Amino acid sequence: MLQFILKRLGLALLVAFTVSFISFSLLFLSGDPAAALAGETASGEDIEALRRLYGFDRPMLVQYGEWLFSALQGDFGESYYFRLPVASLIADRLSVTMTLGVCGIIFALLTAVPLGVIAAIRPNSIIDRVALFISVAGQAMPSFWFGLILIVVFAIQLGWLPPSGTETWRHFILPTIVLGYYAMPAIMRLTRAGMLDVLNSDYIRTARAKGANETRVLFRHALRNAIIPVVSLAAVQMGFMLGGSIVVESIFALHGAGYLAWESIARNDLPTVQALILIFSMFYIVFTFLADVLNAWLDPRMRSS
Amino acid sequence: MKSTVLKSTITGLILAAATGAAWADKADDTLNVAFTKELENVDSYFNSSREGVVLQRAVWDGLIYRDPVTNEYMGNLATEWEWIDDTTIEFKLREGVKFHDGSDFTADDVVFTVNYVADEANGVKTQRNVNWMKSAEKVDDFTVRIMLKENFPAAIEFLSGPVSMYPSDYYEEAGPEGMGLKPVGTGPYKVTEVVPGQHFKLEAYEGYHDSPKGKPSIKNVDIRTIPDVNTQMAELFSGSLDLIWQVPSDQAEKLAERDEFQVSNESTMRVGYLTLDAAGRSEDSPFTDVRVRKAVNYAINRQELVDALLKGKSKVVYTPCFPSQFGCDEEAAVEYEYNPEKAKELLAEAGYEDGLTIDFYAYRDREYAEAITSYLNAVGIDTNFKMLQYSALREQNMKGETAVSFQTWGSYSINDASAMVSQFFKHGSLDYAMDDETLEYLNIADSSTDEAVRKENYTKAIERITEEAYWAPMFSYNTNYVTTNEVEYTPTADEVLRFTTVSWK
Repeated sequence: MLQFILKRLGLALLVAFTVSFISFSLLFLSGDPAAALAGETASGEDIEALRRLYGFDRPMLVQYGEWLFSALQGDFGESYYFRLPVASLIADRLSVTMTLGVCGIIFALLTAVPLGVIAAIRPNSIIDRVALFISVAGQAMPSFWFGLILIVVFAIQLGWLPPSGTETWRHFILPTIVLGYYAMPAIMRLTRAGMLDVLNSDYIRTARAKGANETRVLFRHALRNAIIPVVSLAAVQMGFMLGGSIVVESIFALHGAGYLAWESIARNDLPTVQALILIFSMFYIVFTFLADVLNAWLDPRMRSS
Repeated sequence: MKSTVLKSTITGLILAAATGAAWADKADDTLNVAFTKELENVDSYFNSSREGVVLQRAVWDGLIYRDPVTNEYMGNLATEWEWIDDTTIEFKLREGVKFHDGSDFTADDVVFTVNYVADEANGVKTQRNVNWMKSAEKVDDFTVRIMLKENFPAAIEFLSGPVSMYPSDYYEEAGPEGMGLKPVGTGPYKVTEVVPGQHFKLEAYEGYHDSPKGKPSIKNVDIRTIPDVNTQMAELFSGSLDLIWQVPSDQAEKLAERDEFQVSNESTMRVGYLTLDAAGRSEDSPFTDVRVRKAVNYAINRQELVDALLKGKSKVVYTPCFPSQFGCDEEAAVEYEYNPEKAKELLAEAGYEDGLTIDFYAYRDREYAEAITSYLNAVGIDTNFKMLQYSALREQNMKGETAVSFQTWGSYSINDASAMVSQFFKHGSLDYAMDDETLEYLNIADSSTDEAVRKENYTKAIERITEEAYWAPMFSYNTNYVTTNEVEYTPTADEVLRFTTVSWK
């Protein structure tokens, strides 16, 4: 098991390294960081001066090596745009994104899994239809639209919740719903499919035949097995939420890491983008890893592999 | 990325949902304002955004002040000034001025600030704002001289604009990073809180000197960055914002229909234009032929662009500068009226009877750019439309790879033609005309101390540029300010939101 973990860890680092190298190369090709730094009002001379000042005139590999060397020591450099250490800049924004991501996935799981189970127990019933409608709507509706609808209803018309910002927990309710709703359909459909599959299997029939009560059959026997792919999916969704909540962060003025990444790309703020890409890819890797561990706990057969 | 149809439906929904919230901000004397863009650093020498200029005018002062309405120069931190020779200006400083941290404002602060920002190694972001200064020296505690690298008549304009005075001891220790997080100035507002890029809190400075900016009327200003304009509107409706600006024209029009808001529109100095590669820097540029350049100028219906898209106080512009700028003589410019037939004729004369195809570059205002390309298409100039990120396009512009691109320039709100025409026609990396005659006029105009000589030579340059149709200048921009009914604000034409002129009704 330890050997397995070490191997996975080594692989993870290799993936992170590859991702960072590829992204660095792409960013290097995408535009002139000096021009981005200088801003719209700068003249050609301003830009030249900045290029020399920051050393953008040197070969890409030299610049990448320098970045990697510092990054390994925990120093992600200074943001070209904010002129502040990237590490502190990101730490600040990451807490917002993490809060949002964790709340979002919890919301998604708490609504999607029960709905999926109910839909599976009564396939083609009204509840199943409603669940299907919710999931289709969730997939079809752009999150900026859904977010603004919620703002219109709950912030303007009813006045129950603030439209944007991060000051209190109440500010997180609407963005959590929007972000969670986006992840819900896939989780729900997978739960439903898994449950349907399991409920038709022999061992469930056996469990029922030996007189186990229905609740026990559903939750102890069926859901435990049906949920395994859902765990993997939720882990990926979680990684996606942490890196991909750009639209939600923008609409609710949350200033999280996703929005920072999006804006930093436009600003050619290489140190910030690089650090964020590394962190986001680490998230995916860590969550996938955690999902494997969790699945191994849920399903003893997986432990041996 | 986002559907504009859905977006405008949302705007409608927000408007329909609005119930008329109660505004409590007047009671606690706090003006709540939104910024759209994340400001990189509050230190005004280390940002280049409009939001930065707004904060700069609130937190710091310059030696000189230009009245935004009359354009008259008045003393601010200096009480009088005098040109000692072509490259030396002497200032008498105002006595008894204190910085927000309690330290006295003296000649030492001016000397330190000027010497710091003029040194290229310190990396001031917009070098043009400061690189005309060589150094400063103290004559006595309240007299100081600023030395220029060469004659620079626009010095007074720059000293009344982007050049602010910083406290020497504090800045030496804190640097741009410290100043950005905990700004200290002499301005009408002091900064009480900075969350980088997100949140800025200002409080009226009780000890503010008797400046032409005037004393602040509202005690607190709370600025939050809200990137989405629809969210800004929602905040406005729910009563948590009092003032938003840079509101797109269609939203502003809808807001103007409602009683609880005031919408005011004001022109900005930003000019939209096409650069045409007359010098043949890019491969096979058709614009080396003056007839093709003129054809482009005749092909565009500027008035229609202004009426249908830009709206507000935008104007048709024919000059390669903003008409209010010193030296920007509108009379001198050749006015290319909308005449697609003439455009086709000129193209035929130039040998393009069957039309031609070009790569058309743009970096902002996609809808304007697309409208412009449709005018070009109508006269037989087919376009491959290429929308790039600003920095990517700028890089290509500098390398000389773009035969035609849609550009805009805001002159950093400097009311002098040198801030625009001289930026692009003096054989720099962004010059696609490379015309010696223009260069000659501009060199004289930029360096003469004689106003009449300056005017005459800018006029000649403008004549030359427009006769040769090196650019296709098209229109000026405008901006919308929306406030609740409790707020009184009259915007100025330089797109600088001045909190000192905002008051409660």
